[in-house]
Amino acid sequence: MDFNTAAETNIFDRPKILGKAVPRRDGPLKTTGRAPYAYERHDVAEGQLVGYPLGSAIAKGRILSMDTEAARAAPGVRAIVTTLDMEAMPVPSEMHTAHLFGGDKVEHYHQAIAVVVAETFEQARAATALIKVEYDADEGAEFDLLAAYEKMKDTPVDPEVSKGDFETAFANAAHRIDRTYVTTPQNHAQMEPQATVAAWDENGNVTLWTSNQMIQWAKKAVAKTFEMDVEKVRVDSPYVGGGFGNKLFIRSDVVLAALGAKAAGQPVKLAMPRPFVMNNTTHRAGTVQRIRIGTDAQGKIVALAHEGTSNTLPGGSGEDATNQSQHFYAADTLLIATRLAEMHLPEANAMRAPGEASGLMGLEMAMDEMAEELGMDPVQFRLVNDTDTSPATGKKFSDRNFARCLTEGAERFGWENRNTTPGSRREGDWLIGHGVAGAFRPSPATTSGARVRLQADGRIIVETDMTDIGTGSYTIIAQTVAEAMGMDIEDVEVRLGDSAFPVSSGSGGQFGAVSSTAGAYAACTALRREVARRIGHNDADGLSFARGNVTAGAKETPLVDIAPEGEIVAEDKVKFGSFRKDRMVATFAAHFVEVGVNAWTGEVRVRRMLGVCDAGRIMNPTTALSQVIGGMVMGVGAALSEEIAVDTAKGVFINHDLANYEVPVHADIPEQEVVFLDTLDPVSGPLKSKGVGELGLCGVAGAVANAVYNATGVRAREYPITLDKLLDGLPEV
Amino acid sequence: MNTHSDMQAGQDTALPGPTTSKTRLVVNGTERVLEVDNRTTLLDALREHLRLTGTKKGCDHGQCGACTCFVNGQRVNSCLSLAVMHDGDEITTIEGLGTPEDMDPLQAAFVAHDGFQCGYCTPGQICSAKATLEELRAGIPSHVTKDLLANPPLSPEEIKERMSGNICRCGAYANILEAVLDVAEAR
Ligand code: FES
Ligand code: FES
Repeated sequence: MDFNTAAETNIFDRPKILGKAVPRRDGPLKTTGRAPYAYERHDVAEGQLVGYPLGSAIAKGRILSMDTEAARAAPGVRAIVTTLDMEAMPVPSEMHTAHLFGGDKVEHYHQAIAVVVAETFEQARAATALIKVEYDADEGAEFDLLAAYEKMKDTPVDPEVSKGDFETAFANAAHRIDRTYVTTPQNHAQMEPQATVAAWDENGNVTLWTSNQMIQWAKKAVAKTFEMDVEKVRVDSPYVGGGFGNKLFIRSDVVLAALGAKAAGQPVKLAMPRPFVMNNTTHRAGTVQRIRIGTDAQGKIVALAHEGTSNTLPGGSGEDATNQSQHFYAADTLLIATRLAEMHLPEANAMRAPGEASGLMGLEMAMDEMAEELGMDPVQFRLVNDTDTSPATGKKFSDRNFARCLTEGAERFGWENRNTTPGSRREGDWLIGHGVAGAFRPSPATTSGARVRLQADGRIIVETDMTDIGTGSYTIIAQTVAEAMGMDIEDVEVRLGDSAFPVSSGSGGQFGAVSSTAGAYAACTALRREVARRIGHNDADGLSFARGNVTAGAKETPLVDIAPEGEIVAEDKVKFGSFRKDRMVATFAAHFVEVGVNAWTGEVRVRRMLGVCDAGRIMNPTTALSQVIGGMVMGVGAALSEEIAVDTAKGVFINHDLANYEVPVHADIPEQEVVFLDTLDPVSGPLKSKGVGELGLCGVAGAVANAVYNATGVRAREYPITLDKLLDGLPEV
Repeated sequence: MNTHSDMQAGQDTALPGPTTSKTRLVVNGTERVLEVDNRTTLLDALREHLRLTGTKKGCDHGQCGACTCFVNGQRVNSCLSLAVMHDGDEITTIEGLGTPEDMDPLQAAFVAHDGFQCGYCTPGQICSAKATLEELRAGIPSHVTKDLLANPPLSPEEIKERMSGNICRCGAYANILEAVLDVAEAR
């Protein structure tokens, strides 16, 4: 199916099941502990041994020697593979930066340098600790983003976007601010650490039962890393215990399990120990963002500059905090530039809403500061600078209702009753503050395929290598198919995550829901055509599919009677035409937050949150709501507590576990309200929906930060806003 | 130049005495006798030996709550406890609370309120929720209990405090609270 023009009226406009609050289909399995995650697949391969990884204890340098003698002699050990046993394996894909294994060169701390395979976990872990490693560490390597920024900030770079004469417009602006914001590195901290069961067969085929968001990428990456034929690789990942970008790409668990299995001649399973995850895998890079805004006397932005600097391994792309600033607000002149500070910290790569999540932490605080400079209501300031066209590209938004997000949100939140003088509202020991922020995140779509199999009993099995990482794919794909075929959702079974299934979009960049449901719809369209043919029609146009029947004129045929001899299989994929690129397809939100800040200690408590989202058709309000409240929780973490602490002498992420990297817990989260505007975006896809998974995070931290300022009068420009950054400036009590 | 070896390196691997022990557990009402490595946690005894994989390993260090199950009726982080310490103990795991066809009211409430997303923290959340309600009913105070002499109220604040050892990175907290309140009020 080619999606080459904006969707017209179609079956999804009079939905019976799409758009309904259908409970998650994987719910009963997940809540009873029966959904098997990667490390739990005892039944898929006989004789699984256990692998345990060893990580490098230096961040940069060479390994001179590895003494494995004691480890090899340890009880239960069946194989050991060290990084010195082979040349560096190829970097798995263009989207990876670090290589995952092999050779004597160390690029980052906890780079995988050995795997020990033993009969049990306890044996493998103990034996791993017996390996002695001799390093030659590079002295004087740079690990400090702020120090690197100081050195590079005055060196001009070619801007990514330069529209008009920013410098002159800024110099002549009636009002202006020039501020610098810092975000620290963050970790995805998904609850299931990376894990893989690997098994080779006698023909050199490998199967990897793993935890991964992008099955086709994983399959190709394994083939590239192991320099083998891609058709000899199978990847299976039906349940994923969270990803947030940390499982977009294969990581060392896949490589170590496969190497270990080869060496031991038996299947091997390996889970990353939690303290290994943060330095071995990827993180969201820290950023330093200089933002300059100039306005005219009425508050219209005449000049906007956003310069972002982030850390990356050499060759990587860091965290581009500037993307949203090109498109979000009307600006007569623009200057957008990025700088990369190359250093041997672990690999910086995508984490939920890469770019916008941190970019809006800067931009939305700057918007708040600018509004204050103008003496304007920050909601009003954003409304004044709303635009239906991206200032950077000149392209129109396909559908943009940001102004409604702001006005409806302000109304519902009671914005007119907010505290207007920072630091002035007090309830007992608590200073009360209110903050607002806008959110913007593109909503891309990508080719996605599916297969639908109409069974003799009238049921349908859907197969696609799409993944459900908590996003609700099982449920919304079932809804789409039930809708398209006019069936009861109970008669639709969805199977995901197996590379033997048709290639889908996978889960990332909030393109998964839009793309994979359109792919399922494409397959259903092919099936409808085949059903039509079976009942003597050339196409399905005049037929109606409802209540498990197909109706042609006066003749109604139950779907159970269509394929009594055996199943009918139909497969297709959706391809999104270039017309979609003529517009900016994006999602928007406005977030409103109330905080209390303890007047004595500076402790911040979020008291209530409201998000109003504009994301086209909401396919399932239950799962979409969960995506957004989950993003809001992550935004509270980003604002107040999440910080990877970098040992800038050794290049180590020092707080590499869940006790010291502080994500929000139950007690941190107040009442959350979410409103979805009833919008449709026919340019986005046949279902007129857009992504919400990343939108929910965007802008949240900025709204919290602005509320903290409003409560205290202290503007902390370095996230996370911990009490030490507030204490000195708190009002006298 | 520097060398690296972890703290166990250099230890004599041939430790004196037996390295495994026979342990009798009553798991979800059924007696199970295991010969386990002395280092095996209760969590791994369940997941690896008994293949009861509903109890999850999120950190193995007592930091996340994913491994929460019941020992003799009280919730524990099973990753912080060795299997050999539980000889004779009664263990209840998420599998013992209900099945997909016959869910415990809390399991059903989690589905109804979408109190999860990826599902990996979920068994631990449900076990902790069950314990939370029981601890409240038994009048056990918490950090946020204002009057230590009165019975603590079944309030959102009490529930959230008592559930705060169970991290949900998907951020399903608000829905989990709704699910727990739902069951609490039904009782
Ligand atoms: S696995 Fe036990 S607390 Fe995390
Ligand atoms: S549901 Fe994913 S961590 Fe809680």
